Amino acid sequence: MKECKPLALGGDLPGGCADDYETGSWRKFLPVLDRDKCIDCLICWVQCPDSCIIVEDGKMVGFNFEHCKGCGICDEVCPPKVKAIRMIEEES
Amino acid sequence: MATLKELAAKEELFTGGHRLCAGCGIPPIVRLILKSTDARIVATTATGCLEVASSIYPYSAWKVPWMHSAFENAAATISGVQTAYEVLKKQDRLPGGDKEIKFVAFGGDGGTYDIGFQALSGALERGHNFLYVCYDNGAYMNTGIQRSSASPQWGNTTTSPAGAVIPGKVQWRKDLTRIVAAHNVPYAAQASPHNWRDLHKKAEKALAINGPTFLNVVSACPLGWYTKGQDSDAHVKYAVETCYWPLYEIEEGVLKVNYKPKNKMPIADWFKMQGRFKHLFKDDEGAAKLVQIQERVDMEWQRLLDLDGMRL
Amino acid sequence: MSTAKVAKQTATGLTGNSAVAYAMMQINPDVCGAYPITPSTTVIEEFSSYVADGRVDTGLITVESEHSAMSACIGAASAGARAMSATSSQGLALMWEMLYIASGMRLPIVLCDVNRALSAPINIHCDHSDTMGARDSGWIQLYSETVQEAYDNMIQAVRIAEDKRVQLPIMVCLDGFITSHSIENIELLDDESVQDFVGEYKPERSLLDVDNPLTLGATALQDSYMPLKHQQSNAMKASKEVVIEIGKEFGEVSGRSYGLLEEYDLDDAEVAIVVLSSSAGTVKDAVDKLRAEGKKVGVLRPRLFRPFPHKEIAKALSGKKAVCVLDRADSMDGFGGPLFKDIRAALYADDNRPKIIGRVFGLGGADFNVDNALDVIGETIKLAAGEDVELFRYIGEGQNAQTIAGC
Repeated sequence: MKECKPLALGGDLPGGCADDYETGSWRKFLPVLDRDKCIDCLICWVQCPDSCIIVEDGKMVGFNFEHCKGCGICDEVCPPKVKAIRMIEEES
Repeated sequence: MATLKELAAKEELFTGGHRLCAGCGIPPIVRLILKSTDARIVATTATGCLEVASSIYPYSAWKVPWMHSAFENAAATISGVQTAYEVLKKQDRLPGGDKEIKFVAFGGDGGTYDIGFQALSGALERGHNFLYVCYDNGAYMNTGIQRSSASPQWGNTTTSPAGAVIPGKVQWRKDLTRIVAAHNVPYAAQASPHNWRDLHKKAEKALAINGPTFLNVVSACPLGWYTKGQDSDAHVKYAVETCYWPLYEIEEGVLKVNYKPKNKMPIADWFKMQGRFKHLFKDDEGAAKLVQIQERVDMEWQRLLDLDGMRL
Repeated sequence: MSTAKVAKQTATGLTGNSAVAYAMMQINPDVCGAYPITPSTTVIEEFSSYVADGRVDTGLITVESEHSAMSACIGAASAGARAMSATSSQGLALMWEMLYIASGMRLPIVLCDVNRALSAPINIHCDHSDTMGARDSGWIQLYSETVQEAYDNMIQAVRIAEDKRVQLPIMVCLDGFITSHSIENIELLDDESVQDFVGEYKPERSLLDVDNPLTLGATALQDSYMPLKHQQSNAMKASKEVVIEIGKEFGEVSGRSYGLLEEYDLDDAEVAIVVLSSSAGTVKDAVDKLRAEGKKVGVLRPRLFRPFPHKEIAKALSGKKAVCVLDRADSMDGFGGPLFKDIRAALYADDNRPKIIGRVFGLGGADFNVDNALDVIGETIKLAAGEDVELFRYIGEGQNAQTIAGC
């Protein structure tokens, strides 16, 4: 058997390193933001399961496509009168 | 209480890149709770979807110190961590100096209502200073949608399948929030991530209290509920609007209903949107069961209203 | 080399459990998660008094089950605390799941197990079924013959478990009632010497290091589970040398050195009995009688059972004519007890290997006296002389053996 590469004791990991793991390839649909319509209510931010809504200075500026799985929750929770997010089919 | 802008400006403590399903209901609960204190958080999680999918070697989604040991012992594990903290703090032996740390244990309904119930009850009784968060999606989702004592009556699961003779899970669900409150803990509450203000406020309150506190949070599961991932937020909204999952809290023994829907949504209107109840919409027998469920939901809701503002 | 200074010692009489509790008091662990079970109960009772009287700084968590006791120890050890517990029998059985997690997470927890039979039938008396069942759980196991050794092992266990080459949990075993509840003469080290010996625990990692957040107990799939187990296995292997080092160092402090095995009249013996814990004393008595008659018999008592010192055992038994391994547990596989099989396996590659038989004795506290030991040695002498002797059987089953069908 070849030498095992050294691993941290008992399988310890540095916290938060899943940030480096890509789950964007799971996506079948892609959220698209209409910045002109967005009112920065940030409901999409609080309800996103993948911590993908990028907020800068209190403004919704886009999506982290490394992690976005295309679930469409952001589109669904975007207030009906605003509808700044829509889902489009991911190009293969 | 912080606004969403303020919350968004705080560091994200549960990163993307975890392997929970698209549209999973759990992460919004975790993300919000981890942002509900200015103190540092150390967390543990019972074996289950959240634990497995957030810690696949060598990737961890937790930016707070976090550990998992087993399924039935999240409350016992955090008891040990929290006791170690108290002892080391007294002796000035904490790594990185004396910092205020809050302890949080997460578990699904399987790890909380069922297999982890004894450890939870023990830790509550001993009075450890920690918050226990149950994300209740009403079945053992991690192992493939088996019934739990939190599963809704007549719902279809893989161990209470809707069969020709027995149409789903026979029993009514365990009322864990009341059971926890009966431990006379300083704070126990039910919440829904759709009502994020309410959840955030409850988490802030619980994390500020010195002693054992408990949050039971409804969590949508597209896989187990046979629903669409994009609708997860809507489903935990309907759970509240139907009064199936009332928002209430018991603080120092006083019960308070936090939200009373103006027009209670009929339970059948919500169940109809979920594949786990589709067998109830096929015939008269199913219709009769839906009537019974509605009666029970109404009775439970009325009981809560009767107790609103009362010292239990 | 160690610069240990010789400890002041007090001679007294204590039960095994009192000695273990006293050692725990002197060690002053950070956290103790415990649940009472006979015959280990008084360890925790007495330790609770030390807590109540302020003689230790320990956070005592009186949990609602042994499963939670070990879970709390695992939480505490993950938080960088020195964690300890004590249990027996069903208590250890209920901890089972967590034993593997403590070792897999590489947490140096010290657990005293006061050996007791497993149900059913329920029985509170001594045998080794409880800890023998945990022999593959990744815990280091030390078996103590006397009250003195139980006390000494507890103190050494802390150092062995926490050694950077090891970082594994450790079980200190002593015989239920026989050792746990009998008063024996004992020399106690002074508190300061125990503190100097165990030293301050400086963990390599802590969950409470909030500025360097760690994830402990992660999911490991096909690509990483095996190398992590390999790492654990290597640490277990490495712990043998550490047990030897610490045993020597303890000798410098206390005048009582410990190795992996105890050899009693073994050097020139042609026939040897292998046995763990307190029954070794009984066999030694029988050996003394036979030696007086000129018979070349001796005893090998493994102190360390996990990791298994197979080389040292093979060396000690090589060239003997016949060996009988006494097991206070049965593997229930039709092939004898666990010690018997491990000893046979250790000797397989030895060109001068002795004939080996196994006897199961003392289950559920069944008496094992000098006459029983003499019988066993007598049989082994017959085996050495070339007579046909049964490979494996039960001995000394007690008064009801004739009335219980099938015996």
